[in-house]
Amino acid sequence: MSELKYTNEHECIKVDGNVAWVGITKYAQEALGDLVFVELPAIGKKVKKGEYFAVVESVKTAAEVYSPVDGEVIEANDKIPNDLEKIKSPVGEDGWIAKIKISDPSQLSGLMDEAAYKKYLESL
Amino acid sequence: MLRKTVLHDSHIALGAKMGEFAGYDMPLFYKEGVIKEHEWVRTHCGVFDVSHMGQVTIEGPGAAEFFERITPSSFKNKSIGRAQYTVLTNDEGGIIDDLIVTRLGENEFFAVINAGCKEKDIAWMKLQLPDGLKLYSMQNHALIAIQGRWAERIVHEIFDYNAGDLPYMHTAKAQTRYGIPIFISRLGYTGEDGFEISLPNDEAADIWQQLVGHAEIKPIGLAARDSLRLEMGYPLYGHDIDEKTSPIEADLAWIMGKDNTKFIGAERILKEKQSGVTRKRVGLKLLDKGVAREGAEIRNGHGEKLGALTSGGHSPILKGGIGQGYIQSKLAVPGTMVFINVRDRNIPAEVTPMPFIQPKTRSMKKAAA
Repeated sequence: MSELKYTNEHECIKVDGNVAWVGITKYAQEALGDLVFVELPAIGKKVKKGEYFAVVESVKTAAEVYSPVDGEVIEANDKIPNDLEKIKSPVGEDGWIAKIKISDPSQLSGLMDEAAYKKYLESL
Repeated sequence: MLRKTVLHDSHIALGAKMGEFAGYDMPLFYKEGVIKEHEWVRTHCGVFDVSHMGQVTIEGPGAAEFFERITPSSFKNKSIGRAQYTVLTNDEGGIIDDLIVTRLGENEFFAVINAGCKEKDIAWMKLQLPDGLKLYSMQNHALIAIQGRWAERIVHEIFDYNAGDLPYMHTAKAQTRYGIPIFISRLGYTGEDGFEISLPNDEAADIWQQLVGHAEIKPIGLAARDSLRLEMGYPLYGHDIDEKTSPIEADLAWIMGKDNTKFIGAERILKEKQSGVTRKRVGLKLLDKGVAREGAEIRNGHGEKLGALTSGGHSPILKGGIGQGYIQSKLAVPGTMVFINVRDRNIPAEVTPMPFIQPKTRSMKKAAA
């Protein structure tokens, strides 16, 4: 089983070979509240680490979803716009927003594992 | 240090997500979330703690004339119990605040003002107040709104008050079951039938507990209060209207009294009423998916800026984005197609009459006997 990775901006990542499946953490979901719209990226979109590639709109606010790595969007989860609850599924199931082909695997080492992310949440 | 309403502990106990509004720590939403709360008010009945708002009474001979000086509305000819939505205007014809003014007696008026404007409004009113009139700030009073189709029945159950004969935009003096005097006003900020109840702080927690304990009522936070008012096209002070905007620009000409020409700021406002304004507040409905919020640019088909949204959000009833903003008067007609820029998207939108959905408020006329 592949271990999940996390960012400071509350993205949750499943690494599958050279592809990152990116979703948002439970903490982000709860902070956003009721979701109303998700803007998916175009396939083939080139992204840099830290750049946003998707936007999750809730009643309260718009949250950008940032890429954890440099790469290229190879798939967007088009099940989500029609069923926003899907974003709450595990990232390795229906909860991923986009799959990003990783250009530089060394960037993965900067991400947190679950224990580190938990600690990070406690520090907020 | 944030201020608290007298019901603050109850909100915490109900599991509210709290947040700052106008210097107060207020419930933004409770456990079920904003959309469920919004829908519940539209289909059932909700209660809101709006005790952060300011309540004042002004009493004395010439009180009606005083309100005709500080607002562009008419009061001398208002019957007792009648409530009027209006604005306080400054010397330049801009809006100091929007408020509801109710005639409680021949020389007795009650005003409800925005939380964020309380100090400013009271200072302004005192500055304008002629000798012989007394202004009293009702800081020892809470304000609870009951909004939705069952509101009349619930007011009857809780206060033993029969509001069947109380028309929309009217206020009655009533009392709690223990004989404590209260004001019951049939009005609100949601477009539903409903009431705002002004009652002493000491009574508020008990009444609030009865309301939220009622099987058919849910407590509703400020977030749903905002989406409900947005669907009605009501302006929010500090966003859709401010000290620079005139009531004519804000499309509030209907509040003006026919015979009132001597109010503060009349020079600009009467001129604008006569010869028109260059920009006007309009409703905008997104024609594609998305949410456009305050500050989003309104553009034409060439990408040129026409204005910006002063409020915007998701309408749970229309299931799409709606907003308000100012654009050139010649474009401020229903059906004008524009674009609203959200990040790197230009979302098509249409100038739409407000309210966006049909209000369910009662008639303002007294029921026929």
